[in-house]
Amino acid sequence: MAGADGDDSLYPIAVLIDELRNEDVQLRLNSIKKLSTIALALGVERTRTELLPFLTDTIYDEDEVLLALAEQLGNFTVLVGGPEYVHCLLPPLESLATVEETVVRDKAVESLRKISQEHSPVDLEVHFEPLVKRLASGDWFTSRTSACGLFSVCYPRVSSTVKAEIRQHFRTLCSDDTPMVRRAAASKLGEFAKVLELDYVKTDIISLFTALASDEQDSVRLLAVEACVSIATLLPQEDLETLVMPTLRQAAEDKSWRVRYMVADKFSELQKAVGPEITKNDLVPAFQNLLKDCEAEVRAAAANKVKEFCENLPEDNREQIIMTHILPCVKELVSDTNQHVKSALASVIMGLSTILGKDNTIEHLLPLFLAQLKDECPEVRLNIISNLDCVNEVIGIRQLSQSLLPAIVELAEDAKWRVRLAIIEYMPLLAGQLGVEFFDEKLNTLCMAWLIDHVYAIREAATCNLMKLVEKFGAEWAQNTIVPKVLGMANDPNYLHRMTTLFCINALSEACGQEITTKQMLPVVLKMSNDQVANVRFNVAKSLQKIGPVLDSNALQTEVKPVLEKLASDTDMDVKYFAQEAISVLALA
Amino acid sequence: MSSAATTSPSVDKVDGFSRKSVRKAKQKRSQSSSQFRSQGKPIELTPLPLLKDVPTPEQPELFLKKLQQCCTVFDFMDTLSDLKMKEYKRSTLNELVDYVTVSRGYLTEQAYPEVVKMVSHNIFRTLPPSDSNEFDPEEDEPTLEASWPHLQLVYEFFIRFLESQEFQPSIAKKYIDQKFVLQLLELFDSEDPRERDYLKTVLHRIYGKFLGLRAFIRKQINNIFLRFVYETEHFNGVAELLEILGSIINGFALPLKAEHKQFLVKVLIPLHTVRSLSLFHAQLAYCIVQFLEKDPTLTEPVIRGLLKFWPKTCSQKEVMFLGELEEILDVIEPTQFVKIQEPLFKQISRCVSSPHFQVAERALYYWNNEYIMSLIEENSSVILPIMFSSLYRISKEHWNPAIVALVYNVLKAFMEMNSTLFDELTATYKSDRQREKKKEKEREELWKKLEDLELKRGLRRDGIIPT
Repeated sequence: MAGADGDDSLYPIAVLIDELRNEDVQLRLNSIKKLSTIALALGVERTRTELLPFLTDTIYDEDEVLLALAEQLGNFTVLVGGPEYVHCLLPPLESLATVEETVVRDKAVESLRKISQEHSPVDLEVHFEPLVKRLASGDWFTSRTSACGLFSVCYPRVSSTVKAEIRQHFRTLCSDDTPMVRRAAASKLGEFAKVLELDYVKTDIISLFTALASDEQDSVRLLAVEACVSIATLLPQEDLETLVMPTLRQAAEDKSWRVRYMVADKFSELQKAVGPEITKNDLVPAFQNLLKDCEAEVRAAAANKVKEFCENLPEDNREQIIMTHILPCVKELVSDTNQHVKSALASVIMGLSTILGKDNTIEHLLPLFLAQLKDECPEVRLNIISNLDCVNEVIGIRQLSQSLLPAIVELAEDAKWRVRLAIIEYMPLLAGQLGVEFFDEKLNTLCMAWLIDHVYAIREAATCNLMKLVEKFGAEWAQNTIVPKVLGMANDPNYLHRMTTLFCINALSEACGQEITTKQMLPVVLKMSNDQVANVRFNVAKSLQKIGPVLDSNALQTEVKPVLEKLASDTDMDVKYFAQEAISVLALA
Repeated sequence: MSSAATTSPSVDKVDGFSRKSVRKAKQKRSQSSSQFRSQGKPIELTPLPLLKDVPTPEQPELFLKKLQQCCTVFDFMDTLSDLKMKEYKRSTLNELVDYVTVSRGYLTEQAYPEVVKMVSHNIFRTLPPSDSNEFDPEEDEPTLEASWPHLQLVYEFFIRFLESQEFQPSIAKKYIDQKFVLQLLELFDSEDPRERDYLKTVLHRIYGKFLGLRAFIRKQINNIFLRFVYETEHFNGVAELLEILGSIINGFALPLKAEHKQFLVKVLIPLHTVRSLSLFHAQLAYCIVQFLEKDPTLTEPVIRGLLKFWPKTCSQKEVMFLGELEEILDVIEPTQFVKIQEPLFKQISRCVSSPHFQVAERALYYWNNEYIMSLIEENSSVILPIMFSSLYRISKEHWNPAIVALVYNVLKAFMEMNSTLFDELTATYKSDRQREKKKEKEREELWKKLEDLELKRGLRRDGIIPT
């Protein structure tokens, strides 16, 4: 047996390396993906002395191959002989961390971060940290961007002199003259702040944060907003006002919409990070401004946060803040000119009712819900309907039913089939909340109409919907309202509608139980075995297979079996096939 | 940039059929700067007399006043507001355009900062978010700038100012500085092609007149491209910037500086990887060829770069690559050709056997190019063995008869070029294929053994079989 330390005669390195050099990229890629197997064959020693130097030297390849290599090396510690030797992996990863392609570089950094944990503190200072320094002072921007992601993993485990050097390097990169590097540094600022001592956070990090947040490029400034969340979380409350808030206020009013968008997008996190007092004094007006922003993108991002923001307001005067400051803005957004804004709002607005309680909901929110239910954009209506459960808990759905119904009817007939599909999916929920009586009166016809929609996906969803309704309202209801209509379609001149009958039976038989299936459904199915369209006939066979388990053995033997046998000798080969399959599955042979 | 459309599932977007057709029916979209708009307050400008109506000595003073007035920016999304004042500014701008074109002695030193200030106030603005998340410049109508009636005149004025005989770069450089250029470059992302066209002229003039800014401009264009390639894949003005670069490269002194070579290899070549290559490929290929005409020794790295980024799934891009390669081969020196022929023809051989007939066809057209033919002929002993098996196979099995006909011509050409080698290859075709199959089998066996090893080791680790 080939030992774990490799076998020269079986696996000469030349052959393996040939594989890694193969002309065909796909084969090269396959070999690289199995690099661990190759290393295993070579054993730890030869992996260190022969394979890794080869990999380090030949790093000019397709990015796809490099990506696979970067990933593999992150899991290579055992294959080079454990943590003691893990630093052998650094040279190839260092080269990979400097390539142009972002995906490769990021993967190399990820692997470096992973193996940094496997370095002893001594090795970290002797091998890893010098690598970080080399990358940080590389000529081309790629190595410097990679360095940004490595500071935070080595900082906590090195001596204080080295720490000072690392802080200095990070500072330098934050003011690098290529924006790509500044962006990389800005995106790691929060992470780096977390591993720094609080004093340095207050001095170093804050000054970097302030500088990045007023960078000339908006792509850098917006990343500073992300860092703001982590930094604010680290600082004691009393320092926030002087150290963080001036920058945050400036970001919320930045001239670039991208930065304001970022503030809106991170609003809940920011709110939690700065605490209730600052929220009350600063964030509430800032949020109002974002809700009124001149760019729809920003308004939509802010609208998305309305519920979360309100939820996290300090409870003592939450209601008052919402009623006097937030609600007026929300009311304006209901009639916004941009449909994305309205639909973002519609997806969260219902959540406000649980926060504001019954009376406020009826007085203030209900008119907004009703307005949105009548919105010209189907997505807005759909978002309202899909969140009905929140309101249901507070005021019950009946309050809405008058407006709900026309909205549902309109969506049910929308020209876009995906809109119709979406509303069907809410039917069981609506049925549950509106009750059987209301449903029979208003919605039942819709549900039946979908069964003959001209789009298959709708007919399929409608079938599934019926099953869920039966599960909710019970077999007796099914027998009285649905089953007769479904079975009636078996005589429809359109074969697609006749097939829908079969699909419905497939879906309903279990929920309806043996009695209804045997007495009402089975005869219809059996009769359809004489249909002139072969597709209907083989679906009869499939249906029989499906409902077979629900039937008793008597019905199976006396009624189902003869029909299936007849179908098994049909002229159409598909019909034969499915009939035979049914016979064998139901064990009727 | 993420947009509202990504934050909530959009019903419109998922419906694959209606998107394009519905949108096409819409009227042309327009958009305006993303600045905070003046909230409803009407703007009042006090009308000034015409420049030609005042005595010459007073004109410079009045010119400054008019420049200051034109700093006022109007909201063009609101088509009804400030109509009178918009018209007044338009006519003033028109007057200023004429004035800088024909007048003499107007450009006092005080005028420079005012001109730059007026231009900055009007053209520098945060570009608004793109209306559609996946704006497809080939399919979709561009969104036009609403304030164009003013903006166009401002650009027009600025160009006349830069081109004016009295214009003195030594004074202007105090105001047209790095910060100004940076903002100007950002505007190249404008969706409005008319604006990008003006910007192109402006940048070109600035590059020509301000020697001190040249390195800076090149570096910033570098950054824009790198960001475009590796971060966003979105920037509307790539073609325009490349067009300017084309003429900049043309003027490079020989020998080329390391900085320029780096730009070629690390920026221009990777630009080929971008999805929207078709929008700027002509300009890009022009730049590449310019470089090679300057310095033929760059041929090898360039071709190797193209081969590295050769499209794997996009046939349209492959056709573009083949087109560019032919442009390069048109100017290649025979000594350079020899250095690169092997990897190059391995790729061409793959293209020739592409199941996509446009790719195969484009590659086979090389054999209609006399210069390329002469290169192939000189090196037929190397190229023929590389190409032979693909050609031979396609001649038997390609689905497209036109391709098969082209391949026959190529085979015939090869036969005439080097009949001994051709006969040899025909004779050994079968045994070569068998040898390849055998090698393939050996590879499979090797991997199987390696996998067994891994499996056993896994079992041993789990204690299932003893060590």
